[in-house]
Amino acid sequence: MARDTFTKAECLYDRYVRKTKVEPDQVSTHYCPGCGHGNVHKFVAETIDEMGLQDRTIFISPVGCSVFGYYYFHLSNVQAAHGRAPAVATALKRAHPNSIVISYQGDGDLAGIGGNEMLHAANRGEPVTMIFINNAIYGMTGGQMAPTTLLGMKTATTPAGRTARNEGGPIRVVELLSKLDGPVYLERVALTDAKQIYRARAAVRKAIQNQVENRGFSLVEILAPCPTGWKMDPVDARHWIEETMMQVFPLGVTCDRTKEIAPSEAKPVPFVHTDLRALLDIEDESEGFAPNRTHSEGVERGVRLKVAGFGGQGILLLGQGLAECGMGDGYEVSWLPSYGPEMRGGTAHCHVRISERPIGSPLVAESDVLIAMNRPSLERFLPDLVPGGTVLYDSSLIPDGVARSDVRAVAIPATQIANELGSPRTANMVMAGAFARATELFTVDHLKASLPRFVKAKATLAVNETAIDRGAAHMEKLLETVMT
Amino acid sequence: MSEPTRGPKGRVEIKSEECKGCGTCVELCPQDVLLLGNDLNRMGYRAVTYKGDGCTGCGICFYACPEPGALSVYKIKDKALA
Repeated sequence: MARDTFTKAECLYDRYVRKTKVEPDQVSTHYCPGCGHGNVHKFVAETIDEMGLQDRTIFISPVGCSVFGYYYFHLSNVQAAHGRAPAVATALKRAHPNSIVISYQGDGDLAGIGGNEMLHAANRGEPVTMIFINNAIYGMTGGQMAPTTLLGMKTATTPAGRTARNEGGPIRVVELLSKLDGPVYLERVALTDAKQIYRARAAVRKAIQNQVENRGFSLVEILAPCPTGWKMDPVDARHWIEETMMQVFPLGVTCDRTKEIAPSEAKPVPFVHTDLRALLDIEDESEGFAPNRTHSEGVERGVRLKVAGFGGQGILLLGQGLAECGMGDGYEVSWLPSYGPEMRGGTAHCHVRISERPIGSPLVAESDVLIAMNRPSLERFLPDLVPGGTVLYDSSLIPDGVARSDVRAVAIPATQIANELGSPRTANMVMAGAFARATELFTVDHLKASLPRFVKAKATLAVNETAIDRGAAHMEKLLETVMT
Repeated sequence: MSEPTRGPKGRVEIKSEECKGCGTCVELCPQDVLLLGNDLNRMGYRAVTYKGDGCTGCGICFYACPEPGALSVYKIKDKALA
């Protein structure tokens, strides 16, 4: 392309404000002399300028030397967690289909820690542009072995040289991805001589153009020098790419379906609200849902609840049911389960918050109410109960009571009651009934009405209702005893 | 350069405070008109210098240079003005 001037791209800042105290007028990048990142930054920036994309582009910096992309690119910027740039790119592109999303990653980030994200973003054919800097090493952290490190190459973590037997061979990303159906354009280029540098520039340009035309997933792998990590001078480093690296990573296009796909406008993924309601079986919005609660006079109503017991006792379902019922009553609720890998046995607990105000965190560090269905749970969670709090415990399984005098201890023989009903698994609902009666956050009738929303086996509804009633009645009796 | 009477075809501008002296442009310049200077810049690098004439404005050094703003290249179209 005939050009008259070659100057710094408009979408790169004039000054970089990275270390304003030390260097208020920083004009050079933080990259080492001879590093390939700067070249690629130029190609990306120039393309954005030429295509007029500055206002639409979101640049994703990875973890690695190019982590500071946001100090250089005058674009919208997101800095992703290590390896997660393709996942972040997916979200950004789907949320903002008209934006141009450029994910920029090094080899450790893209092919090592983020290998999974990269593979699946490519497989889904996300219509984004991925720039992949392959310098065969972890540069920022001090020259450790990367997935792309060549066999025999000495790095900080392979001091005797990488071996296929111990570390596996170098991963060839564009060849690997070319076997998938998702990608549209994959090419490997190199920053060596003038010809290859121009080729690299053209590849970056095409990968961005593809996104402008909404053609699909494009990735350019750029063999770039890391003179510091390779312990070479910058000129030798470029020769080394040509003579050694390119033997393992041949240049060229491994996939180009650009012409098969017609250019189109990027459109938002349709999201129809009514479909979601039908899916969740809540078509009639009014059914069982009270209008949003307004603040009560005086004391704000709500509870920070912990429910704990054996796996298989229905601990998580109990917490979920109480949260579900609270939600039906117009409270803000959260339910956070925690359990081991066991389906039966083991221990399980969950954090439940029911509140008139929006909930900041679903975590219950200090509880107002503890429902303990076995002794280990009581011992573990009783210290977290606030002074003056309430502990409802299954006295059939914890006969010797509660060892704290500053809390209200309520003995509910839940398992015994459930056994009397001929359904030992309803002990959790006995507790739910007792909880409803004790806290009066919602009525026992409302709790029973909410049952179908969290109990899937409809045949057990009746016995569960009875269990709730028995729990509530037991609580009622205890309350009367206290009053008299 | 071979025929000075025709006037320069291009010129290169170097911001020596941004140059890190990597020498990539020196290596890749087809006209061989760039060389590393002897003075150290603020960062302690030997910044590249232009020999003074012979630049054709091809732009190869611009793309070879890893620093976004260290080198600028201008083609000179109107030879009469040069």
